[in-house]
Amino acid sequence: MNKLGSELNISNICGKNNTMNSHLFSADMKLADVIHADYSLLLLLHRFGLNLGFGDKTVREVCEANHVSCPLFLMICNVYSNEAYLPMDKEIERIGTDVDQLIAYLKNSHDYYLNSRMFVIEEQLKEISGNCEEHHKKILHLFFNEYKNEVIKHFAYEEDTVFPYISGIMHGDRSGNYEIEEFKENHSNIDDKLNDLKNIIMKYLQGDALSEMRIRVLFGIFSLEEDLSKHSLIEDKILIPLVKKLEQQYGKQ
Amino acid sequence: MASNNKSYRIVIIEPSMIISTGLRKLIEGRHDFEVVASLADCYHCVEKINHLAPDIIIINPSTVEPKRRQHLEELFEGMKSAALVALVYQYIEPEALKQYHTVIDISDDADKIAQKLLQSIDALNAPADGADKNELSEREKEILVSLAKGKINKEIADQHHISVHTVITHRKNIIRKTGIKSVSGLTVYAILNNLIDINEVE
Repeated sequence: MNKLGSELNISNICGKNNTMNSHLFSADMKLADVIHADYSLLLLLHRFGLNLGFGDKTVREVCEANHVSCPLFLMICNVYSNEAYLPMDKEIERIGTDVDQLIAYLKNSHDYYLNSRMFVIEEQLKEISGNCEEHHKKILHLFFNEYKNEVIKHFAYEEDTVFPYISGIMHGDRSGNYEIEEFKENHSNIDDKLNDLKNIIMKYLQGDALSEMRIRVLFGIFSLEEDLSKHSLIEDKILIPLVKKLEQQYGKQ
Repeated sequence: MASNNKSYRIVIIEPSMIISTGLRKLIEGRHDFEVVASLADCYHCVEKINHLAPDIIIINPSTVEPKRRQHLEELFEGMKSAALVALVYQYIEPEALKQYHTVIDISDDADKIAQKLLQSIDALNAPADGADKNELSEREKEILVSLAKGKINKEIADQHHISVHTVITHRKNIIRKTGIKSVSGLTVYAILNNLIDINEVE
């Protein structure tokens, strides 16, 4: 069942929209308070190029000091923290030319997923399968490699085709016949194998050796999975509608 | 299965009068359903519900105490012949929802609700899936091995003398039972469980 959808409907029916909005972070909150409210947002700081040590500055102040679009930063924070939140069309339109910051954010996220998270998971997998039979070790390794290649391909398509296309239209280049609609239709799902890996480690990898390490791997996979699902949500529900709008605007010129 | 002139007897357990009245109105717009009682909670009325002999009980799962949510069958012990339908408009743990034959969402329209109620009756009458619901059957293991070796549905169908449709049904059951969707994930499963040798897949 579509939990997100039904919750949105309910809040509309019950006129609870205001209540929901009051749970959203705002520009005048102290950034430190935002992080205290949801520490998973720490992950976003680096992707936006924001450093720690921001004292008692508000979200707006920190963003301005770092030339980060505050509406964009808040939008992403709220998507991460609030299951029921999706920005309205108007809010998305307001991002406008800051789409380049959104692209930079997405690229930084790709880099983080591949070079930090997946790298760690791969190393941990080697460790937990160290005592397994040789062919079990081998098949786990093959499986993870296949998954990693799938993710690399997925990100590479976005970085080599989709993002340059978006930068192109921002600079008035509409020469190719690519359209964001094509991305929308082909945006593939990369969570199946990650989900499979969870079950393989949790349910099917025999032996009780290194169970602490296994639990750590599972934590890592669950949190990567959650992060990736927000990442796809941002691409599907923010990037694509935004670029559609930009296509209309810049196509007319 | 009911004959054409039978209407299903329904009990609604929902604390909000606005919602239960609205639901009742939607359901009774259809001649094949009859709401025999609307109750605010289920604890004081188990006897009464039993006596009403409903075909379907529509329950807001939040009216059941959390610790009993996953043991609904104990609560409605005498009513094995009733389909249990959850009416959901708050967050309910997915585990708890598994106890129900189907789930009505607050945003469903009258047709959808009617359709789901009929489904719940079908689900109630469907034969149980055998004792070991989560163990792969021998047949499923054979299909899984073929999948792990990279065979496509058509090849598997030919090899096992079954239809492609049957292969797809087996695949769905394998995915549900193992929790593994991708073919390469199933290959890992097959090797970890010694169903095939790694040399057979490379």
